[in-house]
Amino acid sequence: MTAPLLEVEDLKVTFSTRRGLVEAVRGVTLSLQPGEMLGLVGESGSGKSVTGFAITHLLDKAGRIAGGRIRFRGQDITGAGSADLRQLHGAAMAMIFQNPRAALNPIRAIGEQIADAILAHRRISRPEARDEALKLLRAVQIRDPEQRVKAYPHELSGGMCQRVMIAIAISCNPQLLIADEPTTGLDVTTQKVVMDLLADIAAARGMAAILITHDLGLAARYCRRVVVMEQGSLVEEAEPLTLFHRPQHPYTKRLVAASPTATSRVEDLVPDGERVPLVQVSALSLPPHGTPLLLDVKQIAKRFDDGTTGVADFSMTMRHGESIGLVGESGSGKSTISRMICRLIDPSAGEILFDGRAIGQIPARDFHRSEFRKDIQIVFQDPNESLNPRYTAFDCIAHPLLRLLGLRSGDRLRRQVEDCADRVGLPRELLSRFPHQLSGGQKARVGIARAIACKPRLLVLDEPTAALDVSVQAVVLQLLNRLRREDNLGFLFVSHDLNVVRMMCDRTIVLRAGQIVEQGESRALFANPQTDYTRELVDAVPHIQRAELALA
Amino acid sequence: MGTIGAILIRAGRRFISSLPALFGVLVFTFLLMRVLPGDPAVFFASGPNAGKEEIETIRKQMGLDKPLPAQLGIYLYDVGRGNLGRSMMTGQPVAKDLRERLPASLELTLTALLIALISAVPLGVIAALRPGSLIDHGVRLFCSLGVCVPTFVSGLLLIYVFYYLLGLAPDPTGRVDIFTTLPPSRTGFLIIDFLLAGDIEGWWAAARQLMLPAFTMALFVIAPLARITRASMLVSLGSDFIRTARSVGLSWWRVVVTYALRNAILPVITIAGIVFSTMLGANVLVEKVFSWPGVASYALDALLVSDYAPVQGFVLLMATIFVVVNLLVDLLYGIADPRATIA
Repeated sequence: MTAPLLEVEDLKVTFSTRRGLVEAVRGVTLSLQPGEMLGLVGESGSGKSVTGFAITHLLDKAGRIAGGRIRFRGQDITGAGSADLRQLHGAAMAMIFQNPRAALNPIRAIGEQIADAILAHRRISRPEARDEALKLLRAVQIRDPEQRVKAYPHELSGGMCQRVMIAIAISCNPQLLIADEPTTGLDVTTQKVVMDLLADIAAARGMAAILITHDLGLAARYCRRVVVMEQGSLVEEAEPLTLFHRPQHPYTKRLVAASPTATSRVEDLVPDGERVPLVQVSALSLPPHGTPLLLDVKQIAKRFDDGTTGVADFSMTMRHGESIGLVGESGSGKSTISRMICRLIDPSAGEILFDGRAIGQIPARDFHRSEFRKDIQIVFQDPNESLNPRYTAFDCIAHPLLRLLGLRSGDRLRRQVEDCADRVGLPRELLSRFPHQLSGGQKARVGIARAIACKPRLLVLDEPTAALDVSVQAVVLQLLNRLRREDNLGFLFVSHDLNVVRMMCDRTIVLRAGQIVEQGESRALFANPQTDYTRELVDAVPHIQRAELALA
Repeated sequence: MGTIGAILIRAGRRFISSLPALFGVLVFTFLLMRVLPGDPAVFFASGPNAGKEEIETIRKQMGLDKPLPAQLGIYLYDVGRGNLGRSMMTGQPVAKDLRERLPASLELTLTALLIALISAVPLGVIAALRPGSLIDHGVRLFCSLGVCVPTFVSGLLLIYVFYYLLGLAPDPTGRVDIFTTLPPSRTGFLIIDFLLAGDIEGWWAAARQLMLPAFTMALFVIAPLARITRASMLVSLGSDFIRTARSVGLSWWRVVVTYALRNAILPVITIAGIVFSTMLGANVLVEKVFSWPGVASYALDALLVSDYAPVQGFVLLMATIFVVVNLLVDLLYGIADPRATIA
């Protein structure tokens, strides 16, 4: 066994905040062999990123290594000075960040940025460095590197930006790469391509890597060893298969259960004991024959002002109480369609029938005055951004009741709001709080309570759990599923997460570039995709092979 | 180059869209001058004892007996032909007066802005590098003093110290002392004209003369520029790409200047444009204190005696300069920030 490349002993990191010192990392010990890829998994607030930043000494000013030791190539670098660090950074250890577009200098051509990184450690001329940059762009498989060298980050897609970021990180062949959520926010197919590339490069150049992620599946796919962190501490360390098959720590158990897989059902996401009791509803009570469809969308299209087509010729139907998933990569038009259906934007052509009546002609601007507004409600993607920061949770939920049902403030309103809160499992004492005083999951509940306050018949869910941790997502999905059964709600579920859609939706529509690629019954569609595109999507999802685990 | 072309198209479009605003300014100042109290005919009569007939004659000469719309029509027609009217005060065409005085104001304002930028940007940067430190507080104190001391007070203080006590500065009246032979006017900017004429001694005299008023004005605008530099530098230093730059071990200079400052300078350009326009019009106090023969003091004198034409001409000039400066800022912004596309 060779000497480890990196040894972290009892690392402690504190942040000084307005409310005093906060311990973000409480004694983490781990080691990394040269060329090894280690997964560091945890939910938000677990301290996984802070650990990464502490190793590379890139913590915010407020953060401080309060204890422990970091040894890199046998040398203690815990208290390294800025001159030593400048030698290490880039040349010996480099990082790849979340949100690649923000991580690149917006007003410097990418070729120059790569050249900057090269010139920081090598004594060559700038033209030579530019040639090197071109080679690196080829190495990270960017098409037309000769042209792209002069491009600015805003001219490239997110996946392209992340490749450039990788090129910068590997420019001086460091021995250690730390990738902090490198593919979060990218489409599944891009995610796979970028991760494959990263893994190949690390392997080919013999670089050790730490993959920091919230996605167990991703860590399982690419790492031979995974450590799980919770609230600043390591709770478990194992090979992925062992970890998923026989998780030891209760937290790991919960995490493994909450991660949706190809076969999991909504009910399985939360371990026994914490489960929301499912209301026993007879298998979808079919509406009497002759009832009009809840939603009948006929050939709607959306052309934007700049002449581009967002959606072309999209049709779908939805029965009462049916749940339909809309999946596709960014730019596929799924959000545009959902917004047209919930009448936040106007379609350029086509018809939308709701309960047999045409609503497509009512201008989006005036739709809030229409009687249908209370029937069609939306749950937005980001619970942080979609709540008014100056409204308490109570105000948020009361708002639609006041506006759409004409209720007045008073006991009746209070009762109704509390009812809604109860239904979504939001403790009543939290109603007086403002959004910033609530956790992500609680905010999501407020958003859902607001949407169901007026007893809608169609709920449009635009990536309702994309911003949530998996364990929170599990609970929210269960909640949504229960509400749907109780009220016989129609769901239009927009998501990029195929596993979630498979669990939540009866039927699924796959979109690409504004057009339907494939549609059908969810499980069948994912089990046996008919088109190459859907197959590509399905294959790109990092699965924990549950079937394989079950055999082991 | 495609980008430069796009920037030019954008600038042209912006200029055309600002023409209605210029027209509005024209009509508005015209009406405003007519609403203000004071009868110019009385001012320009031969003396306090001038008879009614004399005043009437002057009024007729000035066209003040015609109805307001007719006066406006005549005025607009004249402006359209490039005739801004004649000043009763100097007896010269307003256009000529402004042409003579504008370079003096521009030279003063541009020098002041240059001084302000050269001192404000580094101050803002060092304040942002160590927020909350002694340096930061020192910069804040200096800036606060700069804004809260009125320019005529700081001007007089500078004169007292540098002219009276130390004797370093020349006699603070005008652009050069009266015995200097002026160079042939090419740009109207004395420090440039002297250089073009190869007269180093004259250049030195003009430059020395310029320093005190320019510093007086600069002091007043260092604060907004330094504060905006500090604020946008803080944002820039805290952004992800600075972390990236540090993660690959770029040198301190490259991180701070090439990465942080070049991004932080964008809002400073915008503010500098606004500050420049404000300075040009509002530097009347400085011009008065230093007897600087600029346009602002000219307009103030005209306003005091209800001399319509120069005031209207001045406002139109200022509005035009404002438009042009904004256009320049736009062009600069387009060059500095590749993300700025045709809006």
